[in-house]
Amino acid sequence: MIGGLFIYNHKGEVLISRVYRDDIGYVQWEGSIRSSSSYLSPPSPPRRNAVDAFRVNVIHARQQVRSPVTNIARTSFFHVKRSNIWLAAVTKQNVNAAMVFEFLYKMCDVMSAYFGKISEENIKNNFVLIYELLDEILDFGYPQNSETGALKTFITQQGIKGQTKEEQSQITSQVTGQIGWRREGIKYRRNELFLDVLESVNLLMSPQGQVLSAHVSGRVVMKSYLSGMPECKFGMNDKIVIDKAGKGGTTDEAVKSGKQSIAIDDCTFHQCVRLSKFDSERSISFIPPDGEYELMRYRTTKDIILPFRVIPLVREVGRTKLEVKVVIKSNFKPSLLAQKIEVRIPTPLNTSGVQVICMKGKAKYKASENAIVWKIKRMAGMKESQISAEIELLPTNDKKKWARPPISMNFEVPFAPSGLKVRYLKVFESKLNYSDHDVIKWVRYIGRSGIYETRC
Amino acid sequence: MPAVSKGDGMRGLAVFISDIRNCKSKEAEIKRINKELANIRSKFKGDKALDGYSKKKYVCKLLFIFLLGHDIDFGHMEAVNLLSSNKYTEKQIGYLFISVLVNSNSELIRLINNAIKNDLSSRNPTFMCLALHCIANVGSREMAEAFAGEIPRILVAGDTMDSVKQSAALCLLRLYKASPDLVLMGEWTSRVVHLLNDQHMGVVTAAISLITCLSQKNPDEFKTCVSLAVSRLSRIVSSASTDLQDYTYYFVPAPWLSCKLLRLLQCYPPPEDGAVKGRLVECLETILNKAQEPPKSKKVQHSNAKNAILFEAISLIIHYDSEPNLLVRACNQLGQFLQHRETNLRYLALESMCTLASSEFSHEAVKTHIETVINALKTERDVSVRQRAADLLYAMCDRSNAKQIVAEMLSYLETADYSIREEMVLKVAILAEKYAVDYSWYVDTILNLIRIAGDYVSEEVWYRVIQIVINRDDVQGYAAKTVFEALQAPACHENMVKVGGYILGEFGNLIAGDPRSSPLVQFNLLHSKFHLCSVPTRALLLSAYIKFINLFPETKATIQEVLRSDSQIRNSDVELQQRAVEYLKLSSIASTDVLATVLEEMPPFPERESSILAKLKKKKGPGVVPVSELEDGKREGGELNGGGDRGPDSAMSASNASTPSPSADLLGLRSAAPVSAAAPSAGSLLVDVFSESGAGGPAAAVNDDGFLRFVCKNNGVLFENQLLQIGIKSEYRQNLGRMYLFYGNKTSVQFASFSTTVSYPGELQSQLNVQTKPVEPLVEGGAQVQQVLNIECITDFSEAPQLNIKFRYGGALQNITLKLPVTINKFFQPTEMAATDFFQRWKQLSQPQQEAQKIFKANHGMDTEVLKAKLLGLGTALLENVDPNPENYVCAGVVQTKSQQVGVLLRLEPNAQAQPGVQMYRLTLRSSKDTVSKRLCDLLAEQF
Repeated sequence: MIGGLFIYNHKGEVLISRVYRDDIGYVQWEGSIRSSSSYLSPPSPPRRNAVDAFRVNVIHARQQVRSPVTNIARTSFFHVKRSNIWLAAVTKQNVNAAMVFEFLYKMCDVMSAYFGKISEENIKNNFVLIYELLDEILDFGYPQNSETGALKTFITQQGIKGQTKEEQSQITSQVTGQIGWRREGIKYRRNELFLDVLESVNLLMSPQGQVLSAHVSGRVVMKSYLSGMPECKFGMNDKIVIDKAGKGGTTDEAVKSGKQSIAIDDCTFHQCVRLSKFDSERSISFIPPDGEYELMRYRTTKDIILPFRVIPLVREVGRTKLEVKVVIKSNFKPSLLAQKIEVRIPTPLNTSGVQVICMKGKAKYKASENAIVWKIKRMAGMKESQISAEIELLPTNDKKKWARPPISMNFEVPFAPSGLKVRYLKVFESKLNYSDHDVIKWVRYIGRSGIYETRC
Repeated sequence: MPAVSKGDGMRGLAVFISDIRNCKSKEAEIKRINKELANIRSKFKGDKALDGYSKKKYVCKLLFIFLLGHDIDFGHMEAVNLLSSNKYTEKQIGYLFISVLVNSNSELIRLINNAIKNDLSSRNPTFMCLALHCIANVGSREMAEAFAGEIPRILVAGDTMDSVKQSAALCLLRLYKASPDLVLMGEWTSRVVHLLNDQHMGVVTAAISLITCLSQKNPDEFKTCVSLAVSRLSRIVSSASTDLQDYTYYFVPAPWLSCKLLRLLQCYPPPEDGAVKGRLVECLETILNKAQEPPKSKKVQHSNAKNAILFEAISLIIHYDSEPNLLVRACNQLGQFLQHRETNLRYLALESMCTLASSEFSHEAVKTHIETVINALKTERDVSVRQRAADLLYAMCDRSNAKQIVAEMLSYLETADYSIREEMVLKVAILAEKYAVDYSWYVDTILNLIRIAGDYVSEEVWYRVIQIVINRDDVQGYAAKTVFEALQAPACHENMVKVGGYILGEFGNLIAGDPRSSPLVQFNLLHSKFHLCSVPTRALLLSAYIKFINLFPETKATIQEVLRSDSQIRNSDVELQQRAVEYLKLSSIASTDVLATVLEEMPPFPERESSILAKLKKKKGPGVVPVSELEDGKREGGELNGGGDRGPDSAMSASNASTPSPSADLLGLRSAAPVSAAAPSAGSLLVDVFSESGAGGPAAAVNDDGFLRFVCKNNGVLFENQLLQIGIKSEYRQNLGRMYLFYGNKTSVQFASFSTTVSYPGELQSQLNVQTKPVEPLVEGGAQVQQVLNIECITDFSEAPQLNIKFRYGGALQNITLKLPVTINKFFQPTEMAATDFFQRWKQLSQPQQEAQKIFKANHGMDTEVLKAKLLGLGTALLENVDPNPENYVCAGVVQTKSQQVGVLLRLEPNAQAQPGVQMYRLTLRSSKDTVSKRLCDLLAEQF
């Protein structure tokens, strides 16, 4: 289990240090012990070692450490980085790495829910709160309730509210009860819920247009403002469900709906979803937490709609010149509009000058990133656009050929590239007096680019 | 140097550097650098007319980026362009860039060399200096190839500026150190020597570094420098501190130059010319006198400079070792330093005195300081100084003061630092042995030693005590008594128990008369320690018990009881259990006579060198124990050991032969315990220490085996001892051969004056021609040097050439003589022939003198594949299906020599069942020349 958790700033100074187990103290490590001014809590010398070990071997490592898990002297360090802040979980035991990372991400979510952006300034300003949170969400290294909504009921930024006995016992019973993520007695005048399907599409394509790898990872995020303890049922065009339904119903319907069904490779759910029901009937039913939360996460690899096609053309003219032409084609309904389109064309390291001509949007050579960045604000479906650039090169002594990194792309489209459709979301609340029809439901699809690359 | 104008400040560079320093993360830094690089690229690419200033600025930025650890793959051309600029700052940046960034295989090297050449031939001294610095900084082979001819010319040219001469001398030194083969000696060498007379002190200082380095390799060519150096030195020494203005450092005239001159003189023997010598002695005296003068300044730099010269002068005096007067004066001077409050000075004084002590002239003088040194040992705060003091005490010890010194060292040992204890123990042990007049004193000392620092007493030390006690009748009784008393102490060191067990087991009878040390008391005393000891000690004690049974029959019952107890007879340790069982049986079965014979008193040990010396030598590395003393120690050690001359083998066989019981092997083991432990260490460790007197004796014996191994193979390890490993790789074609010898230095210390010579015993000179190239005289620790031998066989031969290797390891001269594995069969050309041909020729060579035959026992198994491999390795063709008996091997070949070719036929007939258990071979050789047959037959008979 997690032995301790440290938060560092970009210089490697410790902002937060919380140790749950004693075993991580005795990290023997090689390297010079540099004295560092520790911020806030000066830890005892043995613990110091683990803190320093991570700083010296990862943050200040001569070579950039790319692995999120680092083993130093039989101690494992799991880290995630949020802008300039490093979060590192330390353990001496053989733990489930996925669990640790899940926890770290949750920790980030919780922190941003409390004080917004995770930055050095914010962490320094909220260190008491962070220690309080750490006490609550990790117990002897075992992750506990990390539901923001639930946490917010008893860890507040306003200082201690005078809580009555009843309130306290209510919190206790709620947190330790069966439905720890939702408290009783919530009331809204308007019962409303928002459903966002957020997907990121990843692609690697050969210059000839062959798909080398593609997958979509998606999330269903829900924001609910419902009274009482509603029972919800969520339905989408999952292939298995549709097929099962098709068997019972008419073949006609099966063919019609089967066409639109998608095959989900794997999915994970929020803790509120009844997994037994999903396992037996593959139906997603749950009592939702109040407010915003992530209902499910999934991944698909088949029948992905690729919103854009990039056609690169690179021609080397002698040793000192390179001509690049890139065409992008949008591949979705003309009525839809893609936004925030950005194409990044890498340039050789010995580029000495670039001339760019593009029909649409703005293009610029960014020397600090060694790339031409072409930005288009908006683009409708079934259109195409083109950029051409002349790159002048400086002759170098190096005989090494340019490695030609892939052209990458960023965009946002208003549909789900996986083809996922929300079929229904039913709300039942037996005790209170409102029915499914009274609930106002909003559904939104956003498809973003993940790593969307085309080789050139 | 031209002043840097304000415009040369390069603001852009400063801004860039401060930007980088302000970057918060690595990524930000990389972004900034990428941006800058793109900017520089566009600048270099863009307008062609980049002025010198911006070019310089951008090259500077590139250099900075490179030094931050990023790759730079352009801008070299611009840097080379800067070289041809006429502005100092631009040229300087250009050279800086090139010495940091340009690698030797760059295609720009031609351009760079051209620019350097231009600068060298320009009349501008700053440019010349820049070029020379660049050559020295790069210092690659290519640079040496291009400029090794040019620089000496600049160095000795009459019209060169002084500053350039200085740079040229140092540049040449650097090139010579990097690639000595490219810097050729020529007519300039003699003129370089005359730079010592130069007006400019800087030039002299630079030149002297060069000359010192060169003269170490070619002392003869620079012989003339001695007189020049002496006159230079005398001029400096006799000058007043104000004469040399710029070169006076805190009132000391030219201290660096003086030190260098003195060091140069240390490369040569004392000058033969009386006048020069007189002048030098005068100088040295002046230096010693000056040391006595009151300091002209209180500053530490003043005394440092003065003392640096003084210590260099003293090392020169020690190096010459011929001026008793100076040696004594030096010693007195050092004596003063012994009490100086500066720790470094005390250290240096002790160190120099160590070497002084070995000189016959100053030994007495050193001895006068004994009290001070002992005091230093006791009161010094710095452990390294204490260590030196201990070294010096050891070095100054002789018969007259041995008792005092040993006593002091012993008393110091109780409080000594752990790091030097083991060494101290060895030293005490050696001194006690070397200068022992009275053996009871020796025994006392060593027992004291074990008592005080038992943990640090190595095996060798207590082996040695036992050897000496056994070899000297007069001390045995005393030893037994002392040991008995020492064992009375409630807590004894295990080494003490070992010595006690051994000595009481042998000589316990000598003190048995006293009722206080009756046999039973002795036994009980020993046995009281038994359970606290480790297994080897217990084994030794068990053997002591069985000896007791022999010495004192009255203890038999008690001891048998002990042996019979479960803790012995069922001990989990096999060795102890076996001893217990066998001793028990031996004591109960054998008659008293047999017992007495088996358990006879140990025969005296053969005369051996003290292995402790070797151990100390090994531990300390060379240079600490002067050679003369070692020999001294050896001689005295010899007389101490007395006349015992029986080898360990005979000792063992003596006890074995008379042993009827199954415990023979055990007794062998027992008697071998001390001997065998001492013998190999004496054999291996001592060979290298004393090999200068032992000559090639043991080494050659080792090599003979090595020599025979190489009859059938060409590559392998020819020789190996503690210091040196010689690998061999050879190839032969017709009558020519080439042999590569690899000398590997196994120590961590360099071998000095390493040389090899090939000699030809007997008439080999006319039969074989071996050409060698000389090897490097210095072999660094752990390094390997290669030597190529070209061999030509003129006519057939039977002797083998000998290789003589000489080198200095530490102070001691090592001399190894080896037989080179060049044998006649190496010049074999295989000849394939059919069966009929073979037998026809076999019959043709039927004269008795043409045939050589031997019948011999097989030394190795008769494995067919191994035999075939050996026969092929011999160089002949192995003929299949020739002999009617498939068991037999038949070979044919032609020995190629320059004068003639000798056909050879060979037949080897194995007989696996000659006698039961014995395998025999019959080897027949026929050749057209009787000597060849004979020699080959002799060689081959040893191979199977």
